[in-house]
Amino acid sequence: MSDVAGNGTAPERGDGAPLLSVDSLRVTYGAVTALRDVSLDVRAGEIVAALGPNGAGKTTLLRTIAGVLKPQAGAITFRGSPLSGSAPEAVVGRGIALVPEGRHIFPGLTVEENLLVGGTTRSERDEVRRDADGWLARFPILGERRSQLAGTLSGGEQQQLAIARALMGRPTMLLLDEPSLGLAPIVVDRIFALISELRDDGVTILLVEQNVHRALAVADRAVVLSVGEVVASGPAESLAEGDLERSYLGIGRKG
Amino acid sequence: MSPSEFVQQLVNALSLGSIYAVLALGLSMVYGILGMLNFAYGELVTIAGYTMLFLTTETDAPFILVALGGVAAAGLASVLMELVAFRPLRNASFVSLLFTSFAVAQLIQGAFRQAVSVRARGVPVPALFDEALDLGPVRISVLSIITASIGAIALVSLTQFMKRSRAGLSMRAAAQDFTTARLNGVRANRVISLAFLISGLLAGIAGVLWIARTTSVNPATGFVPVVQAFIASVIGGLGNLRGAVLGGFFLGTLEVFLQATLPGSLLPYAQATALLIVVAVLYVRPQGLFGQRAVT
Repeated sequence: MSDVAGNGTAPERGDGAPLLSVDSLRVTYGAVTALRDVSLDVRAGEIVAALGPNGAGKTTLLRTIAGVLKPQAGAITFRGSPLSGSAPEAVVGRGIALVPEGRHIFPGLTVEENLLVGGTTRSERDEVRRDADGWLARFPILGERRSQLAGTLSGGEQQQLAIARALMGRPTMLLLDEPSLGLAPIVVDRIFALISELRDDGVTILLVEQNVHRALAVADRAVVLSVGEVVASGPAESLAEGDLERSYLGIGRKG
Repeated sequence: MSPSEFVQQLVNALSLGSIYAVLALGLSMVYGILGMLNFAYGELVTIAGYTMLFLTTETDAPFILVALGGVAAAGLASVLMELVAFRPLRNASFVSLLFTSFAVAQLIQGAFRQAVSVRARGVPVPALFDEALDLGPVRISVLSIITASIGAIALVSLTQFMKRSRAGLSMRAAAQDFTTARLNGVRANRVISLAFLISGLLAGIAGVLWIARTTSVNPATGFVPVVQAFIASVIGGLGNLRGAVLGGFFLGTLEVFLQATLPGSLLPYAQATALLIVVAVLYVRPQGLFGQRAVT
């Protein structure tokens, strides 16, 4: 059975204090508890996948870290100082960028303008423009459509744009919420290839995914959530299929 | 209507239309970012008017400074209004904010009734505004030309600001998806203050032009402008900036040409007729003439 603290994976990374630490987080929507006592660590340079069925609280977890939702209890620590309770614009200013579920590109802005909005936290205007040009070159399909309204892009193009926009702030850590949702398999390949490239670039990633096999293939470690609780966690390759099945069938118990 | 009369009325329509366009833009600006209708918006026009009254009676400042003072006062008042009255209710419902804005409007009107007078006070304007230019058979009032030009300058500058500046880009992003804009680092408080500042400056510009036409101010001066701004932005599609401008020109043109063409006995109903036409337009296109359906 996998244990909680993800020890022993990838020795070249994951040493020292965690980059992001979530401790006993509790989030409620009115009478409904979306997260109860959720704890997890993400170390610099690794990809951690948060898995679990619909309603497990994965999106709530990311939105709480990003500052969109306020936790009822618990603490979030980033680079050793507290993060919980910060406004979204403060969290992104500290180097954590969320790529939200459903992509949420700005449909009425051009592709290029979407990227520039992603650079809002940075003061060097020329550097921001250079970075935008860099992303438009890295994703040629976006480069061709740089002056086109982002609402006219296909789902896969929008996902690439949403990720590039988040990276425009040069974040230390990326929160990816369901990046493969609703995309054709060939596009999903491209998105996951990009995720591994980003890890090689040194970006730390917390990935929420319904596509369990793809997520485990790219992640260093994984946590499994079920009805708001962590029911299993450990190195991605050793996470037992049984843990996942139990959680997806909704009969999860504390791991 | 003779061709020369038509040209004269066209200039009048452009002039009144540009006031309405500027007014509607200011109201739509705040609606676009916050989704709130600020009915105290008309009081910004009143504040511009009383500031002009104060500056002309208490100082020897030339009219251009008086006008700039009116614009600045409205801009400042708008930012303060948001800080004091609307910010504490940031996540309140649409209706709560609407009623709060009515309350702010009542408070400001009451303050002017108490501090100045219930009655209208004349605001002196340069004699030049009463003159007219003779261009062949066409006679065009100087004030109309000035009004249309200032309106055009305001609209073009704002468009450039929104298109070219980083702050303008942040505002456009926030208007489309406020939460996602914040997730990208757009500061909520800053972008909202900026929206209220621009909204107030636009109300101030329209206010100065309004006062230059009416040459007086009273505590209820803001009522007609806010109603016209509301109608124009609804015609254009609420929250849609381009629509607000076009709605303003549509409303101004409608009013001027109804005034010019309705028979004398129907003239008192020109405004009512204009509103009927607006209702008819909205019946056919509830999203406004230029609004898209369900913008999210």
